[in-house]
Amino acid sequence: MNRTELIQGNEACALAAVAAGCRFFGGYPITPSTGIAEQMVRLLPDAGGVFVQMEDEIASMAAVIGASLAGSKAMTATSGPGFSLMQEHIGYAVMAEVPCVIVNVMRGGPSTGRPTAPSQGDVMQARWGTHGDHPAVVLAPSSVGEVYELTVRAFNLAERFRTPVIVLYDEIIGHTRESVVLPGSVDVVDRIKPDVEPEQFWPKAPAANGVPPMPAFGDGYRFHVTGLTHDQRGFPTEDSALTGALMTRLNNKVDDHVDEIVQVERFMLDDADVAIFAYGIVGRSAREAVQRARTMGIKAGMIRPLTLWPFPDVQVAAVAEQVDAMIVAEMNLGQLIGEVQRASGGRTEIVGHLRADGEPITPSQLLTELTDRNEAAR
Amino acid sequence: MTDVKSYLREWAMPHVLCPGCAHGIVLRSFLVAVDDLQLDQNKVALVAGIGCSSRLVGYADFCTLHGTHGRAPAFATGLKLARPELSVVVVTGDGDGLAIGGNHLIHAARRNIDITVILLNNSIYGMTGGQVAPTTPPGAFASTAPGGNTEASFDACKLLIGAGASFVARVLAATPIEMTKLMADGMSHRGFSFIEVISDCPEYFGRYNKAGGGAAMLTGLTLRDEGVAVPLASKRFVNHVPSSAPPPGITTGVLHREDRPVFVGVRKAVDDES
Repeated sequence: MNRTELIQGNEACALAAVAAGCRFFGGYPITPSTGIAEQMVRLLPDAGGVFVQMEDEIASMAAVIGASLAGSKAMTATSGPGFSLMQEHIGYAVMAEVPCVIVNVMRGGPSTGRPTAPSQGDVMQARWGTHGDHPAVVLAPSSVGEVYELTVRAFNLAERFRTPVIVLYDEIIGHTRESVVLPGSVDVVDRIKPDVEPEQFWPKAPAANGVPPMPAFGDGYRFHVTGLTHDQRGFPTEDSALTGALMTRLNNKVDDHVDEIVQVERFMLDDADVAIFAYGIVGRSAREAVQRARTMGIKAGMIRPLTLWPFPDVQVAAVAEQVDAMIVAEMNLGQLIGEVQRASGGRTEIVGHLRADGEPITPSQLLTELTDRNEAAR
Repeated sequence: MTDVKSYLREWAMPHVLCPGCAHGIVLRSFLVAVDDLQLDQNKVALVAGIGCSSRLVGYADFCTLHGTHGRAPAFATGLKLARPELSVVVVTGDGDGLAIGGNHLIHAARRNIDITVILLNNSIYGMTGGQVAPTTPPGAFASTAPGGNTEASFDACKLLIGAGASFVARVLAATPIEMTKLMADGMSHRGFSFIEVISDCPEYFGRYNKAGGGAAMLTGLTLRDEGVAVPLASKRFVNHVPSSAPPPGITTGVLHREDRPVFVGVRKAVDDES
């Protein structure tokens, strides 16, 4: 049965994780994500799960991978500096194809930065933080309710594609209390288990969708897991053909399913001649600015990706084709704006509204951006 | 003599170890211990980091996790907490376990999680080509200590006892029967067990320090008095050891054993099995 609760984004994240089947949390305290760990330690025991506070974020991510290999859906949560420390193991999870969820509640950076201030400064790190070529799946909720929805979705995508999925939101969403309708149940996806005898099992032999079936340690399948480049038996190889095949498959798992993964909200775009591109908390301000601009006769709209990576190339290109200008609003000094420019391919004017001073971008600021453009056009 | 072939992935051979390296003796001793304990092969998980020692797990036919450099105890913690019925054994080296991974090792020991850590100490970084390690004896040569090591070295067992490991033992790769017995004791122990195996690296340590080949290095690990071994390396470099350093000589056997509460994570209380 649905129930309505007034909760913080970090609480919604924890509730969603447990609803999605998460039964392991390993984490390390860091502002502003700590509330997630504090909820998980309360929720997991009754759900039959286990919580551990590790010695650092490197260990947290390692423990999450270990738990996932043991068959548990597993999550960690962190912020800025901790996210940096997790990068090596995020790459490991990509290479070894270990489903898991990493929540990064963004704060001001670089370095220790401003722990209690919001930021969207980790967008590119979420894509390219770990070394080597690799796919990335990154979701960006803009409200407490959407934190719940996208955290569930993160687990489902992780299980479906055997890959780490990152949920990226900021300090404001993490700490804001909003009224949220929590569903009585959610659709849950579980990893596919092998249907062959253990003697016939090759741990990295992909099924038709490119994703290998995955037993847990202890299920009776004895297999090897490594971060080294490996063959379909899961054993290290230095063969260039096998290396190329693995790299292609790892990346195609995501690239071939962009339509399934990418979600975008189009708001008042149908007749728009100017669009705001915004995500996360900035999407809230952009929506308000668009609504106010409409009352002033400005044909404004918003495109808001809920999936930052893979980047919604097609959806952005369609908007670029239509509008005279796209205002890219982000709480950083310009990270996704480069992607918007790339996807737009010169079909519209791209304007940055960028801010990295620890303050949110307000509706008024975006409205001014819209009205100034409107007057200049007259 | 126990046939350990059923515990090996022969299809994964040949292995990567150098001639004269004693790590293979350590693997065999471990497999005999598993056989002696009659553990369910499907319920044994080996977790390793990066380095020569860590490559051993790939040849062992269990569930094997070859993780990242130094982090094996953290991977093992998640694995054990999520599936407590697994016998989880970490295989690590001196660089892996005591340098980059020292933090994870001491915290796993502090928690007293019910896993076993086997640390193969060959006094040097082998996989990367013979660099100085936190276990390299003062004065010994390495590729990054061409004038001799100027740092003091760790006593791994003292470190682990201090960190709270509830079973700590040391053994020489030259004494495989004792090694098997201590490994079986460690795996049977309820709580965190740590076994340091003094192994060799003829390819780098031996070559740089004129310590001879594998056979010479292993016979150099001769027992002196009761349970105290003097590795050839320490003999050679005793003159370089600062007066504050511990005397050369390696005590073997069970060095520490206690019963204390085992860490199972924060979870719903289950009826105690005892």
